[in-house]
Amino acid sequence: MLRRRHKKPDALQGTLDLLVLRTLRRGPHHGYGIAADIQSISDDILRVEEGSLYPALHRMEHLGWITAEWQTTANNRRARLYKLTRAGQKRLDEERAKWDQLTKAVGKVLRFA
Amino acid sequence: MGWVRRLRSTFSRTAGDFDEERRFHIDERTDEYVRNGMSREEARRAALKRFGNATLAKERTLDVDVFRWIEDLRRDTGYALRMLWRSPGFTVLAIVCLTLGIGANIAVFSWIEGILLRPYPLVVDQDRLFAVTGTNRGAPGHTDVSWPDWLDLQRASTLAEAFIGEKITGTTLSIGDRAERASGSMVSANYFDAIGVRPVLGRSFEPGEDSGRNAHPVTVISYEMWRDRFHGDPGVIGKTQVLSGLPHTIVGVAPKGFYGTFVGYAFQFWVPASMQSQFDAGVYKLEDRGARWIEGYVRLKPGVTIEQAQAEMSAIAARLEADYPETNRGRGVKLFPLWQTPFNNAGALLPTLAVALVVVLSVLLIACANVGNLLLVRAFARQQEMTIRLSVGAGRGRLVKQLMTEGLILSAIAAAGGLLVANWLRDALALLTPPRGGVVLRLPGELDWRVLAVSAGVCLGSTVLFGLVPAMLTSNIDLAGALRSESGGVIGGRSRASVRSTLVLVQVSLSFVLLVGAGLLIQSLQAVRNASPGFSTDGVLTTGVDLFTAGYDPQRAKNFQDELIDRLQALGGVESAALSRMTPFSYRNYSTAPIAVDGYDAPPDQQPAADYNEIGPGFLATMGIPLVSGREFTRADNERAPLVAVVDETMAAQFWRGVDPVGRRVQVKGRWMQIVGLARNARYRNLLETPKPFFYVALRQNFSATTALQLRTAQRPAALAPALVREIHALDANVAPSELITMREQVDRTTAAQRISVTILVVFGALALVLAAIGLYGVMASTVSQSSRELALRMALGAGASDLLGLVLSQGLALTAGGVVVGLVAALQVTRLLGYLLYKVSPRDPLAFASAFVVIAVASLVACFVPAWRAVRTDPLRALRG
Repeated sequence: MLRRRHKKPDALQGTLDLLVLRTLRRGPHHGYGIAADIQSISDDILRVEEGSLYPALHRMEHLGWITAEWQTTANNRRARLYKLTRAGQKRLDEERAKWDQLTKAVGKVLRFA
Repeated sequence: MGWVRRLRSTFSRTAGDFDEERRFHIDERTDEYVRNGMSREEARRAALKRFGNATLAKERTLDVDVFRWIEDLRRDTGYALRMLWRSPGFTVLAIVCLTLGIGANIAVFSWIEGILLRPYPLVVDQDRLFAVTGTNRGAPGHTDVSWPDWLDLQRASTLAEAFIGEKITGTTLSIGDRAERASGSMVSANYFDAIGVRPVLGRSFEPGEDSGRNAHPVTVISYEMWRDRFHGDPGVIGKTQVLSGLPHTIVGVAPKGFYGTFVGYAFQFWVPASMQSQFDAGVYKLEDRGARWIEGYVRLKPGVTIEQAQAEMSAIAARLEADYPETNRGRGVKLFPLWQTPFNNAGALLPTLAVALVVVLSVLLIACANVGNLLLVRAFARQQEMTIRLSVGAGRGRLVKQLMTEGLILSAIAAAGGLLVANWLRDALALLTPPRGGVVLRLPGELDWRVLAVSAGVCLGSTVLFGLVPAMLTSNIDLAGALRSESGGVIGGRSRASVRSTLVLVQVSLSFVLLVGAGLLIQSLQAVRNASPGFSTDGVLTTGVDLFTAGYDPQRAKNFQDELIDRLQALGGVESAALSRMTPFSYRNYSTAPIAVDGYDAPPDQQPAADYNEIGPGFLATMGIPLVSGREFTRADNERAPLVAVVDETMAAQFWRGVDPVGRRVQVKGRWMQIVGLARNARYRNLLETPKPFFYVALRQNFSATTALQLRTAQRPAALAPALVREIHALDANVAPSELITMREQVDRTTAAQRISVTILVVFGALALVLAAIGLYGVMASTVSQSSRELALRMALGAGASDLLGLVLSQGLALTAGGVVVGLVAALQVTRLLGYLLYKVSPRDPLAFASAFVVIAVASLVACFVPAWRAVRTDPLRALRG
């Protein structure tokens, strides 16, 4: 049922989803934290656009991959914490397999050429 | 309370959410930049810049959320419809239960709106309209207001926008060769302007038309009268219509849908108050401050409270009391909200509708319990499905939403059906109320937007009631436990069974309370019907003979009356005949007068007063009102003889303190009268009135050409009517008597409120019982089917059919017993609320409780027996294998 309405995401968006899901696998996090993590782990190479991040987060919440909850942070601010769901975990595994396939394929082509 | 949070997070998706999320992001980013060495100002600007176009991001985010919401709704709706479609038995049963419950509620709401809250179609600003009545210090109840007092109130009040004075009246209209009663109203000249009703033809009354004795014979007629009697003639303005014996010029036609301002009646004509004496058999009250006859309304200025207005009115009344002690001693003014108006049928119907409201809410509760029960059965049947959906990651909130959507669809369909039911019941109250001599009754339900809004609220409320319990239980599904395959369980001993049993318990107890209430009201109605009004109801007929509107002067009228009585008493089968100005239990008012008695000193700020009837010779004997001592009036008590009076026991007890008053005297409106008789107390207006002093004066000495005629005879009205008409026509072919009815019927017409409540409570009590029985049946049936393995095992191990029957029956009956106990406790508490509607019946009447118990017991036996029987007939082998 969840699958029926799920449109195939384009490659870029798929990548953002993958990055977000992977980040959330380390534990619940808010939007800013997700963006910061992606940026620092990628050594500042990947900079997530806020204008894309939040729509993506809400869309994934809508798809049931992640859930969100308001919580107060250590510095006493109210933040919306996102958390990976079982479905999101499954999705992450699939996307990751696909990504590995894709990078492997691209690598092969590059080496061959 | 995890589900609360889940529900909340599911339902709260607002734009504010995104703003807060963004604010947090920018704050964090700013902190980061500050840590990197920027100034806070700079950091903030950079963070904002980095976030980019906030509006665009917000729109995109919200788009996702709104899309999601609509998507979910569409999906849930589709899914719910499919689920409902797949189990049509459940769906139909649930919808029928809810339709009855919601429909009954909408019907009662619409009655309350149409009769109590906004009773007068087309009248503007009814929420600022209040009823105005007079009071009598030291006496309970209300009185009318005199016309001079009314005008003074109007002049002196600063908080009122308009005073709308009126008094219900009637006339006989000849329709071809038939005579028909038409009800109408005498009104202040500002009437139509003040209520904001514009005539569709002609004009309303002009200032000054309500002054001068009989000076303005003009009338505004109702739209119906214009259409039916004048065939919608556009040239009707300026034509004349005889009303109460006098030609009136038609100056206006009221708009369609305007019925006047008197709950219960549809008026057909309006005349200015100046025509009062013409409609009161020649008694002129317009300039008499002592004569109280005006019943009216005041529209307060916006923002003025009833307390402020009451204070002002009381102050004005106190000034009037000081200025006119003769007539106004002890007189006050009291305002009522429209729905408590004491002088029309609103006051009488208020307790009835209040009872009806409680009853239908109980019926709705029972219906909700039923549907909740059904949903619960299904929810558990779908436990596997729900578990799977949860395990693939559907949010629990989504499941709750899904269940609520199903519930909402059920109650929305039921509400639509309920609207049809309510629409169909709109005029039910008028049908339950006996007509009075052809007068058009009007007790409509009003299905306006307010009623629709309340109904929508009820619909939502009941969805929450019956949908939330299963939703809560379902959203707390224990995944691991639920995934273990379920086999048939043991009867009882499971939490879902206990929830369902509780629901049935509630239903049984509510039904019990309703049945007790119905039993009490039936007994009360019986007691009312059997109560003696103090006069004979059998063998006495009554009708009216109106010589005033026939144009008779007093002398001719007196001759006519004497001759008529002689002729009637000579008729075969007529024992005696007597005239009076009023027949008991009439809707018209008795005469009332300030009285004084030798040796009785009233408190200085009070003015003793009493109602009286003007009666002809032989009236008490004809009515069957016994005399305690003395005599009643004879033909000799005429205008040349000394003035005489007969008092009743209550009056004797109050003013002569138990001494036989025969031979004493009483002063009535300044005239001393000799007391010649002491009569037994009777009821004068209705069966439930509290005894107040009452007396009789001689019709000849207080003449009225408009009279009631009483006949003591063993004949039926239909048998005697032709002879009566013949005798009257022998005297004057132009005089026609009004409807001839038995006194029994006359009395019954005043018990309408009791009869309406009895009918409502019996109908809805039966409905509640049926719904509760369905609920009990449902629980027992599904218990049996879920325990079929257990039962089969017991059979295989040698349990006999009677053992199994006993097992199932005893469980069902235990539920009933529990419900009855709870209901008993509740009923003992709430039946007191019936208060005024109970006549000579204790709210704890054992007979009512016992019969409710019997009815419940029989119904639950039937409801339990069918599933029990099925259990016994189960083939143990098949059940064990399956």
